[in-house]
Amino acid sequence: MSTNNLSYNEQGGGAEPAVELGQESTPTASGSTAAAGLFSTDFKKNEDLKEMLESNKESLKLEAMKRIVGLIAKGKNASELFPAVVKNVASKNIELKKLVYVYLVRYAEEQQDLALLSISTFQRALKDPNQLIRASALRVLSSIRVPIIVPIMMLAIKEAATDLSPYVRKTAAHAIQKLYSLDPEQKEHLIEVIDKLLKDKSTLVAGSVVMAFEEVCPDRIDLIHKNYRKLCNLLVDVEEWGQVVIITMLTRYARTQFLSPWREDALFDENSEKAFYDSDVEKEKADSKPYMMDPDHRLLLRNTKPLLQSRNTAVVMAVAQLYWHLAPKQEVSIVTKSLVRLLRSHREVQYIVLQNIATMSIQRKGMFEPFLKSFYVRSTDATHIKTLKLEILTNLATEANISTILREFQTYVKSQDKQFAATTIQAIGRCATNISEITDTCLNGLVLLLSNRDETVVAECVVVIKKLLQTQPSQHSDIIKHMAKLLDNITVPMARASILWLIGEYCERVPKIAPDVLRKVAKSFTSEEDIVKLQTLNLAAKLYLTNSKQTKLLTQYILNLGKYDQNYDIRDRTRFLRQLIVPNEKSGALSKYAKRILLASKPAPVLESAFKDRDRFQLGTLSHTLNAKASGYLELSDWPTVAPDQSVRNVEVKEWAPSLGKPKATKSDDKFYSDSGEEEEQEEEASESGSSGSSSSSSEEESSSGSGGRTSCRLCCLLSPVFVPPKSHELLHRMSGKGLAVSYHFPRQPCAYSHRMVSVQLTLTNGRDQPLEDICVGEAGPPGIAIHRFATIERLQPEASITVSMGIDFNDSTQAANFQLCTKTDQFSVSIQPAVGELLMPVTMTEQDFLKEQGQLTGMNESSVTITIAPDSMSSQPVGRKVVSVANMGVVPSSQNSIHRFAAKTVSSGSLVLSSVVLQEASTAKLVVNTEKTVLGSVLLRELKTALSQG
Amino acid sequence: MIHSLFLVNSSGDIFLEKHWKSVVSRSVCDYFFEAQERASEPENVPPVIPTPHHYLISVLRHRIYFVAVIQSEVPPLFVIEFLHRVVDTFQDYFGVCTEAAIKDNVVVVYELLEEMLDNGFPLATESNILKELIKPPTILRTVVNTITGSTNVGEQLPTGQLSVVPWRRTGVKYTNNEAYFDVVEEIDAIIDKSGSTITAEIQGVIDACVKLSGMPDLTLSFMNPRLLDDVSFHPCVRFKRWEAERILSFIPPDGNFRLLSYHVSSQNLVAIPVYVKHNITFREGSSQGRFELTLGPKQTMGKAVESVLVSSQLPRGVLNVNLNPSQGTYTFDPVTKLLSWDVGKINPQKLPSLKGSMSLQAGASKPDENPTINIQFKIQQMAISGLKVNRLDMYGEKYKPFKGIKYMTKAGKFQVRT
Repeated sequence: MSTNNLSYNEQGGGAEPAVELGQESTPTASGSTAAAGLFSTDFKKNEDLKEMLESNKESLKLEAMKRIVGLIAKGKNASELFPAVVKNVASKNIELKKLVYVYLVRYAEEQQDLALLSISTFQRALKDPNQLIRASALRVLSSIRVPIIVPIMMLAIKEAATDLSPYVRKTAAHAIQKLYSLDPEQKEHLIEVIDKLLKDKSTLVAGSVVMAFEEVCPDRIDLIHKNYRKLCNLLVDVEEWGQVVIITMLTRYARTQFLSPWREDALFDENSEKAFYDSDVEKEKADSKPYMMDPDHRLLLRNTKPLLQSRNTAVVMAVAQLYWHLAPKQEVSIVTKSLVRLLRSHREVQYIVLQNIATMSIQRKGMFEPFLKSFYVRSTDATHIKTLKLEILTNLATEANISTILREFQTYVKSQDKQFAATTIQAIGRCATNISEITDTCLNGLVLLLSNRDETVVAECVVVIKKLLQTQPSQHSDIIKHMAKLLDNITVPMARASILWLIGEYCERVPKIAPDVLRKVAKSFTSEEDIVKLQTLNLAAKLYLTNSKQTKLLTQYILNLGKYDQNYDIRDRTRFLRQLIVPNEKSGALSKYAKRILLASKPAPVLESAFKDRDRFQLGTLSHTLNAKASGYLELSDWPTVAPDQSVRNVEVKEWAPSLGKPKATKSDDKFYSDSGEEEEQEEEASESGSSGSSSSSSEEESSSGSGGRTSCRLCCLLSPVFVPPKSHELLHRMSGKGLAVSYHFPRQPCAYSHRMVSVQLTLTNGRDQPLEDICVGEAGPPGIAIHRFATIERLQPEASITVSMGIDFNDSTQAANFQLCTKTDQFSVSIQPAVGELLMPVTMTEQDFLKEQGQLTGMNESSVTITIAPDSMSSQPVGRKVVSVANMGVVPSSQNSIHRFAAKTVSSGSLVLSSVVLQEASTAKLVVNTEKTVLGSVLLRELKTALSQG
Repeated sequence: MIHSLFLVNSSGDIFLEKHWKSVVSRSVCDYFFEAQERASEPENVPPVIPTPHHYLISVLRHRIYFVAVIQSEVPPLFVIEFLHRVVDTFQDYFGVCTEAAIKDNVVVVYELLEEMLDNGFPLATESNILKELIKPPTILRTVVNTITGSTNVGEQLPTGQLSVVPWRRTGVKYTNNEAYFDVVEEIDAIIDKSGSTITAEIQGVIDACVKLSGMPDLTLSFMNPRLLDDVSFHPCVRFKRWEAERILSFIPPDGNFRLLSYHVSSQNLVAIPVYVKHNITFREGSSQGRFELTLGPKQTMGKAVESVLVSSQLPRGVLNVNLNPSQGTYTFDPVTKLLSWDVGKINPQKLPSLKGSMSLQAGASKPDENPTINIQFKIQQMAISGLKVNRLDMYGEKYKPFKGIKYMTKAGKFQVRT
């Protein structure tokens, strides 16, 4: 380590004198020294670059900067141009400016004083109306590693964190890490900013801020609690790289916050695994157990699952490791297919994925067994890929598939890549020890291979056979004899040593051959490798103990040779053995036990996978790949034994309750990406460029009034004595539905799937005597209407009924939504005709606002009628009740008793709908509806009229 | 995350370096060169190399090593995937990704790398966004720029960067609105000595070239979506819609992109479109070997098998070959021992064959294993799995686009063991 370090510094330092020389010679210009001569070509070039930079022509400057960037790219030193370059930092030409930024970031650390000259330019740019310029100014400012400007950076980050543009906020998140690495003392302040940015709802920011969190304060898990659900819900919309970071972080989080879903499963071991591999019975059993998964835990698993389909291999791997570390055992196998898919990708991707599969396959054979053939080796694979595939095949070997695997191995053994052939032999050895049925077959096959021409193959065979024989030495003296013969030809030290050890260990089984072998190696002792010498000594000692008559002299001879060997290990061993086996007066009590020491029966070696304990590292990490802790690796904690408080994740505004579900949070559930998020962000952008005044603030108003409206709706629904009972409509009659009856009603809750949808609840009842299966929504139309389907109902028992909810975007029209209800056997076309009042969402506002809005919606947008009101409706309560029962509107407080005002928004487009009832003399009233949606307005007017005129 | 990037060519020179944090001396690459020396083939360099202070993660594409320097824990796939994305971007910008192209466009490369990573964390990797920030170099634009003094660098933040459809730029306009989809399937197979299939799989992709104005919303449906067993999507595809209806619904990026890659479920038997008859023998003691190879079509549904290329790595003992192809040409490299035979189209009436003898090193022993034969081929107008696109519809825009769908089957990793 230290030597490397040194050479590093030397090389790094080596460049510096050169730089200094270059600088020195610049002012004097007449550098006649040898050193100046060396650099003269470079220096001349730089001189003309300097001239170009100082010229007035933009194009010349740009040309010069391009050449300088070329120098930087080649790793050449261009630092002496710093003063000339830094002048151009305020250039109007954006490309020139960017190139200057590149230069600055590269050399500012070396030229701190001069770099300070540029700071004011960035400070100005931070206030630029163009968000791209603001962002890039912050990027460069934070990349200049000059400690003096830390306070300026801090200020800039704090400001940018509250910028209107999410892009600038994202840049701020990146800047946090840069500042932290420059000055770790700012940690506390930075954590504040991280905390603020974690609350950000933009998908653009999420990934970057979590990255900053991981770098600066990964232990501050408490900052995540409140944002956990939001992060889960945003996940699909975050850009790919952010997804990886968030998933990794949430894996760690979940391990500290949720109870282990594996506890009950701990009973199942490898053998029973096949049984619960995609078997429903087992799942049900698991469900019925007392362990209840935290809904937040489930939320994470559910929201990450679609990402297995990502095109980004890192995302797929991240989800796979999340499932591996967090999901109940029986659910992990859903990641298999996706991982196998990744094997089609580039060589480097394969390498990492195979490593992870190797680790997984040790514990969970069942997961990958169906894909056995995907791990077959191709002759074109790179060596490390081949080795990993072999590893996996070996891990997957069972009694059932071993014959296929062995047949495949036979092809590999013949491979031209001898190293690979040798690795295959090791693999065969492992299979043979793990599956006792095939040990003999393997052994015979390996013995046949001993006649192979290639030495590496033979040597590997010998080593593996040695290990195999150790497991069952009884009947194999033939093989030992065969191997003794081989000793004449084999030169690979490891193999020779193995043979010698074998003969020594089982010398009693081959009493005739063993002394002869010893004689042969005694002759060649001096020219052997150390490892062979040690085994020769061993063999000699063992034979001396069992057959001293024949081998006494030989042993003495070998011990004498060993005594004067160059290697101290061998001299040590010789001395030790001599004392142990040759009894003399000095030798202690130990020599009595010599036989028991040397010829003790040794336990057979266990052939284990190299990936055996890799699972101590989180899968997919660098540490796992290296099988060593990389710097900055964050341990995955064990599951807590007692469930931590679940309520910490509750957010004040209960985001999760469906009745109050915030559109932003739930939107992502509905589509893979949400088109509507775009608008909001674009709005923000528009407001920035100043084109449309305060549209972003108006959007905020909108959302706040929206939520307020919902509260009022809740008030009138729940607190008011005139509760509106849900009116149920028939969708499918029992007769026409062949036993399936369906009715629907509008629960008047904001739809959980999209804020543009009206939520509809269907109640399905099975009137047949057989269960109905696979009920789902089939084709839907007409085109303008979007439907969020309910999840397929797998089974509906006879006489049972189930309520499901779906979302329909009626597009603010009363056009019916047609769709097909499919069961396993039939299809029924049905349609839902919305009542106009259900297309609304109640809002509330002050009386003044109401009047103002009403004033703007006149003319075409206003429709009115004078009606006769049933006498009992003359008081305020019944009017309110009747209106609310027809239309989902909110009551606007009114200062006059005779005027009732109601306000709502259309669900799909969010246009305001206002209605007022002015009670007049003699049971008449004037009913007014104001809305941009004139058609909708007139229909609403008609319906309100009917409702109010009835008694 | 990613500290620095070094580009190393096949002769081991660092020809470009870029640092996102403080500068890492290029001597760190010595560890890489060490590993490179140890590896027998360029492909055998391990993708992850630990050094005392850093970790090197590299990918090899177009005979250039892209070596990223990492200082602390990061998912290795994250880096690998990013590096491949960099290569793809270069290819997209310069047409080819070679040392010469990179050196010629070093400024654009630098600008790109600057935009793609901020402090080592990916910032903009979508080609549509990058192209708005930095215009790809064309001859015309270079000329115009030199005259007018305008630049290749965009001044506004690309709108895509902020929207939830970051892959599409706004304000796209074409006079001819076209959308082309290529369904390309590859067969991966290992065929054993006797001609029976050991393993065969079909992997497919749908590559699209969409040149449509405005914000079109496309849906594409299949006649037989059940064939698709495992899929991965471009981020533009709405996953829920696929889950529920097996319809691909998406707002496409502008230009070329890969819409979908899929794997055909392994239950279906894979039709193998070609067969190989071979007789390759080495006799013990003799310095001659026989080589006979005949190709023929099989299960091609009447379509012609084209662009057939056979290659094989002959054993080291083979000195030279003397072969006689019935059609096409063959080459043999005596150094690498690589035999390749460019067959062209297979004529079912007159099957192509390659026959002759191999001369072996005198006295060398007979190779244990016969060489593996790799085959490449193409079949036009057919997707071997039988996948068919049902219809393609466009919503959201008024014009009528021109739509086209093309099918093709290719050999992937198609190996015949002999």
